[in-house]
Amino acid sequence: MSEVAEQPVAKKKSEALLSKRRRKFVSDPLVDDNPITIQVLGICSALAVTVQMKPTMVMSIAVVFVIVFSNLIISALRNLIPNRVRIIVQLAVIASLVVLVDQVLKAFLYDVSKVLSVFVGLIITNCIVMGRLEAFAMGNKPWDSVLDGFGSGFGYAWIILTVAFFRELLGSGSVFGFKVFEAIGWESFPTNGLMVDSIGAFIILGIIIWVQRTKTGYVEN
Amino acid sequence: MNLISLGIESIFVKNMIFAYFLGMCSFLAVSKKVSTAIGLGAAVIFVLTITTPINWLIQEYILKEGASLVAVDLTFLQYIMFIAIIAAMVQLVEMVIEKVSPALYGSLGIFLPLIAVNCSILGGSLFMVQRDYTLAEASVFGFGSGTGFALAIIALAAIREKLRYSNVPNGLKGLGITMLITGLMGIAFKSFIGIAL
Repeated sequence: MSEVAEQPVAKKKSEALLSKRRRKFVSDPLVDDNPITIQVLGICSALAVTVQMKPTMVMSIAVVFVIVFSNLIISALRNLIPNRVRIIVQLAVIASLVVLVDQVLKAFLYDVSKVLSVFVGLIITNCIVMGRLEAFAMGNKPWDSVLDGFGSGFGYAWIILTVAFFRELLGSGSVFGFKVFEAIGWESFPTNGLMVDSIGAFIILGIIIWVQRTKTGYVEN
Repeated sequence: MNLISLGIESIFVKNMIFAYFLGMCSFLAVSKKVSTAIGLGAAVIFVLTITTPINWLIQEYILKEGASLVAVDLTFLQYIMFIAIIAAMVQLVEMVIEKVSPALYGSLGIFLPLIAVNCSILGGSLFMVQRDYTLAEASVFGFGSGTGFALAIIALAAIREKLRYSNVPNGLKGLGITMLITGLMGIAFKSFIGIAL
């Protein structure tokens, strides 16, 4: 795999492995072109798994893995895939990677995989993955696509981790299962049941989008 | 569980959008006008009602451990099988509608390809396996979930049409205010908890 990834770099000696243009693939999706808050992709799973930090962390890692490798594989195969059946090919690649992730989770992190339940399988229909394959990997070289995958994956990860942080802090008074408010001696901290519920996720994400778009100055018509 | 009660529950209480966040991408993207929302809602009901029972048959007779047609445990192929069935069914439904009713194809057509990657369709099949439904329950669940999705997206589209005339802060325009509205709608749907027939 790494051979395939490094090939274009070897051919084009003029461009560094992490040139300025390539760094933009990683840095753009973090803030200015964030997949969740700006492009409105992948919201389904972004909200469902964010009740606590730990499953969210595992979910982010799983999604980054799937995006990076599906981008790499599709980009390496891009000249061999007939245009008419590309959606099926993309789905097959994504689904195989998700089966891999699912089996690993079941073997090594059984508790977390029980919490995530069907949402691991739903990475297949996560619009970010499909979106990146369609918009980027089908027309770019493997190494660029890998960087693009990392960018979109991390852009997704930091948003859902922020949502999970507030939901766990306000909903259960803890962070990664550590009781923050009891530790600082405020044992009567009133936890908010709304945050544990699905509704809390909508409201927290709405507020994050508001703050982020106000900072970047992005206005939707 | 009694079927009517399951149907009511999957429409209102365990709503695909408000309880499980499934199908959010198209829920947010295609809810700007009521007419398109009705088109997408109808297409989702249609495809969910067809794919959930079909995937039930696949799961029961081929994939499950100790299934009657295949001796080997193929549960790990579940995701690939389900998504392939969904993509194939969507394609098939699209072709049949195009042949039989061009008028319906004109209004539903553009939404059908979108549906293959709609999380609520795959989610419906995965929930059906997780909750051990029978064939009848799976069919009712598929139809109920689809109806719940359609109800939610049409209601949101109606609100967003009115919202165009309101003075919303710049950063909150579009996605932000839609998320907050969805949250408030979710609170309203919570009031159905405990209803059983």
